[in-house]
Amino acid sequence: MAVRAQFENSNEVGVFATLTNSYALVATGGSMNFYSVFEAELADVIPICHTTIAGTRIVGRLTAGNRNGLLLPTSTTDQELQHLRNSIPETVKIQRIEERLSALGNVICANDHVALVHPDIERETEEIIADVLGVEVFRQTISENVLVGSYCSLSNQGGIVHPKTSIQDQDELSSLLQVPLVAGSVNRGSPVVGAGMVVNDWMAVTGLDTTATELSVVESVFKLGEGMGPSNLAGGLRDSLVETWY
Amino acid sequence: MDLDTVQLPITTGKATIATVLCATCGAPIDGSTGVAMCYDCIKLNVDISDGIQREATIHFCRGCDRWLQPPSQWVSAAPESRELLALCLRKLRGLAKVRIIDASFIWTEPHSKRIRVKITIQQEAFQSTILQQSFEVEYVVAYHQCPDCAKSFTANTWRACVQVRQKVPHKRTFLYLEQLILKHNAHKDTINIREVKDGLDFYYSQRNHATKMVDFLGAVVPITSKKSSELISTDIHTSTKSYKFTYSVELVPICKDDLACISIKMARSLGNISPLLLCTRIGNSIHLTDPGTLQVTDVQTSVYWRAPFSSLADVQELVEFIVLDIEPLGPTHGRFVLADAQVARASDMVSNTQSYLVRTHLGGILHPGDSVLGYHLSGANFNNPQYEDLERTAPGQIPDVILVKKSYPRKKKNRNRSWRLKRMAREESDMLPRKQDLERAERDYEMFLRDVEEDTELRASLALYKNTKKNPPTTERMEGVEMESVREEGGAEVGSGVEQDTEGGGGHGGDDGDLPEIALDELLDEFEEMHVQD
Repeated sequence: MAVRAQFENSNEVGVFATLTNSYALVATGGSMNFYSVFEAELADVIPICHTTIAGTRIVGRLTAGNRNGLLLPTSTTDQELQHLRNSIPETVKIQRIEERLSALGNVICANDHVALVHPDIERETEEIIADVLGVEVFRQTISENVLVGSYCSLSNQGGIVHPKTSIQDQDELSSLLQVPLVAGSVNRGSPVVGAGMVVNDWMAVTGLDTTATELSVVESVFKLGEGMGPSNLAGGLRDSLVETWY
Repeated sequence: MDLDTVQLPITTGKATIATVLCATCGAPIDGSTGVAMCYDCIKLNVDISDGIQREATIHFCRGCDRWLQPPSQWVSAAPESRELLALCLRKLRGLAKVRIIDASFIWTEPHSKRIRVKITIQQEAFQSTILQQSFEVEYVVAYHQCPDCAKSFTANTWRACVQVRQKVPHKRTFLYLEQLILKHNAHKDTINIREVKDGLDFYYSQRNHATKMVDFLGAVVPITSKKSSELISTDIHTSTKSYKFTYSVELVPICKDDLACISIKMARSLGNISPLLLCTRIGNSIHLTDPGTLQVTDVQTSVYWRAPFSSLADVQELVEFIVLDIEPLGPTHGRFVLADAQVARASDMVSNTQSYLVRTHLGGILHPGDSVLGYHLSGANFNNPQYEDLERTAPGQIPDVILVKKSYPRKKKNRNRSWRLKRMAREESDMLPRKQDLERAERDYEMFLRDVEEDTELRASLALYKNTKKNPPTTERMEGVEMESVREEGGAEVGSGVEQDTEGGGGHGGDDGDLPEIALDELLDEFEEMHVQD
C-alpha cells in the first residue's frame, strides 16, 4: 500500500518520518494530519512514536533504523531517548552514536539485512551499525553521491535509487543488497528518493506531489500493490518491471 | 568479517545509462540528466518566460521621429531596424535573467501603433535541463513629445542667438553662406532660423552651440562679432545666474564683383596697389584685384575692420558692354589674362559709336563680339570720400570702364537646370512678403545660381545635387531651342551689333558651347532629406 502525505506543505516525507517493520517515528507537527496518515495504516500493527530529535522535527534525516535497532545522533536529549525507549518495542535496540556526520538518515540506508553507508563514516560507527541493526555494512556511493540515505530508499523487497544511477551501478548495488533496484523519482521528478518517501515491507508513504507513474513504480519495486503482497509475488507487472528496469 | 576488504565487482567499460519513467507522462526516458521528467513534460510544466513582460509601452516623439530610451535619451531608429529591436528588448523587465537566442519583428500596420516582437529565450529549468521558448511581446507606441521638440515649439526658449547681418541691398552672400552651412552641417544644433532684414538670426538652446556657429562663420567669411548678454534670472542664495546671449555678427559689406575704392594710405600699405580695385573672391579674407595690372591683394579681416571701406559699386550697377576688339598683353595671373579691349556700351550701339579702350583682366575669356558686364565710371558720380581723394590726386588713374565679368546670353530664368542646391528650412518674418520682395529674392537666387555656374572656384566649395525631377535629355534640347529664341530677341534689341555678335559666336564654335555648364560628375546624388527640406 503506497499513500501520499504532506508534512506542513512539504512533500519531503522522509525528512519528517522514519518507518521500519517494527516501529515508526513521526515528527510532531502543527496538526495531526501527517500523524493520522501513519496511524490509519499502522495503528494496530506497530507502534508509532511521536517525537522530536534534538528538539528538531527532522527526525527522518537524523535517525536511521530497521526492525532490529534504532540509531540516534549524539544531539538527542536524554528525555527524547527515554520517550523513544518507552514507545518502541523492547526488542529494538536503541543506540546513540558519536559520529561527526550526525544526520544519520542521510548517511545510512538500511533494510533488515544490509546497510549502505557514507564512505567517510568512522570505523566505530560502522561497527555499531553492524551490531545494533544486525546488518552487513557497505561503504558505497549512489551515482557518485555520498549521501546514500538521501538518494536511496530501501526495503526488504526492493529499492529505488537516484535516476542518474547507471545500470552497472544498479547491478553492483543490488548484488550487494540482494534486492531488486530501480532508478526512479518521487514528488514529480525529484531525484531525492530517500528524503522524499519512507517505506517498509508492506507500506510506503510518499509526498503529495508524487505522480501516478511514480507511485506505480514505487508499488512495483517495493511490491506493495493490490495482490502484490506476500501472497502473490508473481504479479504480472512485477515481472515486466523488474526485467525491464532492473 | 573485515568490512574494508569487501571486493566489489569492478565495472569495466562505459556505464550504461539507466532508463527511468517520466514522472508525469510515464514515458521511458534517459535518466542521465538526473531529472525524472521528459523534456516535453518539463516544457509543459515550466514557463521560463515567467516574469517577463508580454506587453510594454514605448514612447515616440512625432516631432523628430525619435524613440525614448529610458531614462532620458532620445534615439532615432528606423522601423524594424536593429536599433529599434535593441530598444524594445531593453524595455522588457526580466529579460536579463534569461539568454536571448533570437528576436525579430512581426509585421504590423504602422498606423496600428503596435510593434510586435517575437523573442526566443533559453534558460536552465532544472539542473542541466535547458529549455527554449518563443513568445510574442506587444509594444504600444505612445506619443510623447521630447524635451527638444517641446523646447522648439515653445517660443522664447532659446538661450543664445547669432544675428548675422550684411548691409548690402542683395542676398547673394547669404545664399552662399546658406550653402556653406548646409555643406558643413553647421546648422545642426540650431533650434530656429529666422529671416530678418539684411540677414538671418540663428537661435540655439546652448551658448556653446552659438559660439561654435560664430567660429564657423569666422572661418569661412570675414566677420566681426560682438557679444552681449541679458540677465534672465538670478538666485541670490546660490549665486547662480542664467543669461541669454546674443552674438551680433556683421559680414563685410563687400561682395564678389564689387568695385571698391580704398584709401591711398591703405593702398600703399597693401603693396602700393592701385586704390581702385575689384573684389574677385570672398574667403575668410577679401581678395582684391587691380584689373589694370593684375596685382592681387588680400585684405585680412582684422585689417579691414581697422579701416573699413564700403563698396563703390555693386553688381546691380553693372552695365553691359560689347567687346569690339581684344588684344592680350602677355602677363597672366591665375585665370586672369591681362588684355586691352575696345568696348562699347550695348545700349549705345544704336545711337552713337563711342567706344572705350580699357585694360582688363578678362583677356582669357573675352572674344570680340562677346557681351561683358562692367562698371561705367566716366560720368559716374560716387559719394565716397576715398574716391573723391583719388579723383583729386590722380584723376588719370581712373579708367572710363572697368570690366567685371563676361555676360552669357541666356533666358531670364532658367528653370531647367540639371543640378540643384539644398535649401534650409527657415521661418519667415511675421508679415507676408510683398510681391516685389518675392521678386527680388527670386532674382537674387537666380543670380547666385548663375554665379555658381560661372565660377568653378565657388562651385568647389558647395554641394551640388543632381536634379532628378526632370528628364535630363529632353531638358537639354528644350534649353537649346529656347536659347536660340532668346538670342534672336537679344539681337533685335542690340540692333547693328548683331553682325559682330553672330560672327563672334561662329568664331568659337556653336551657340551652346558658350554657355557655362556643370558636368554631371560634379553633382552629388540626391537623397530623400532634400525633399523634406524643400
